[in-house]
Amino acid sequence: MSAIFPKWTNKLPLMVAIGGLLTAGAVTAGVWYYFTPKYFRVGYQPIQPVAFSHATHSGQLGMDCRYCHNMVEKSWFSNIPSASTCMNCHNQVLKDDPRLALVRESAASGKPIPWVQIHRVPDFVYFNHAVHVNRGISCVECHGRIDQMEEVYHAKPLSMSFCLDCHNNPAAKVRPADKITDLGWTPSPDPAIAAQKQAQDGKKFVHDFRVESLNNCSACHR
Amino acid sequence: MRYFILIFAVLVLIVIGVAGKRGDITRNSPIQIFPDMKRQLKLRPQTPNGFFANGLSSQLPQPGTISQEKPMLVGGKEVYSFEDAPVNTGRVTGATNFIELNALPITEKLLARGHRQFNIYCAPCHGQTGEGTGITKKIGAMAIVANLHDKRIVQLTDGELFNTVSHGKGVMQGYAAQLTVGDRWAVVAYLRALQLSRLGTADDLAPETRAKLK
Repeated sequence: MSAIFPKWTNKLPLMVAIGGLLTAGAVTAGVWYYFTPKYFRVGYQPIQPVAFSHATHSGQLGMDCRYCHNMVEKSWFSNIPSASTCMNCHNQVLKDDPRLALVRESAASGKPIPWVQIHRVPDFVYFNHAVHVNRGISCVECHGRIDQMEEVYHAKPLSMSFCLDCHNNPAAKVRPADKITDLGWTPSPDPAIAAQKQAQDGKKFVHDFRVESLNNCSACHR
Repeated sequence: MRYFILIFAVLVLIVIGVAGKRGDITRNSPIQIFPDMKRQLKLRPQTPNGFFANGLSSQLPQPGTISQEKPMLVGGKEVYSFEDAPVNTGRVTGATNFIELNALPITEKLLARGHRQFNIYCAPCHGQTGEGTGITKKIGAMAIVANLHDKRIVQLTDGELFNTVSHGKGVMQGYAAQLTVGDRWAVVAYLRALQLSRLGTADDLAPETRAKLK
């Protein structure tokens, strides 16, 4: 018999088992790690037609988000400002700068600047900006520290579990209504006290703003 | 077995090398493995869309369009935004002269709203105190920013202030697109409060409050 099966074949079942386990483990780990918006969406930073810096305008100059995204409190959609909003200042500031040529052209002709959309949930998800910002959910919860970004990138996964984390426990995120656009705000500079304060105030805000934290499918999917 | 492990390790390294890790910055648009119905052929605001000839999903309203709206209640009367009414234009109906006083009743709520909107839309240039020392002036980016405590501006009528907020003046552009009619009157009311903070004297106070000062 030994002429047909050499001695090493005694180890074959073990080798197959180890090989199979390794392969299955690697595939599972790979799918778990990669097949999620945390990988596919986070970090998306397209090149925009105009090199607009949120870090300069919002971070350094301290302009409120709503100066440009002025419809966010009224509309389900947070508007991209028209070029005429830029021209409120840039008709004087850097008024001949070549970097702003497209903005001036757009303001003059009415043809929109082709900004590239970064944050986009699936078309069957009906996210309403107004409902969230008017009930104490800050921009930062979904968009990250935009005020520190030279170029905007996708900072949070915006997956369904990301939404549900907050919908299951809104008290952990809800903040005072006048701090919505203050992206760096915390209840206290000390993390331990901040967590304690958030736990106390969060419940109160949830009650005062009548936060409903809807968890049924049709809250978002219609 | 040795070869298997070697090939396995190389494959794992290649996958990690090509795919990178979560959160890596990338210029490539996100991959959709399962399209499901994530992207649908419907109009979404402010996106390119071939349905209309100009390629835009958000069309401008036709000239003469009247918005569907609830009328504003001014002094118990319903006023629509297309009407030639003082609250909409800042002018006396049928004339070009400005109205003297705020078209809306001054309430604490109106002032609070004005405060909030002033700090968002006016403060970048005029500053939170209205002195014309906003951030654009501080960094030297703007040459002329009006000091709202100027005698010239204090003496303007409320209607003319409303008109300036709505349509701009000089290098300042109008804010009618950002601020609703109600918000503009609120900003005017708040501006008056700011001005009063400089011009008011102890005599303006109620006697009992004045007594506390001494």
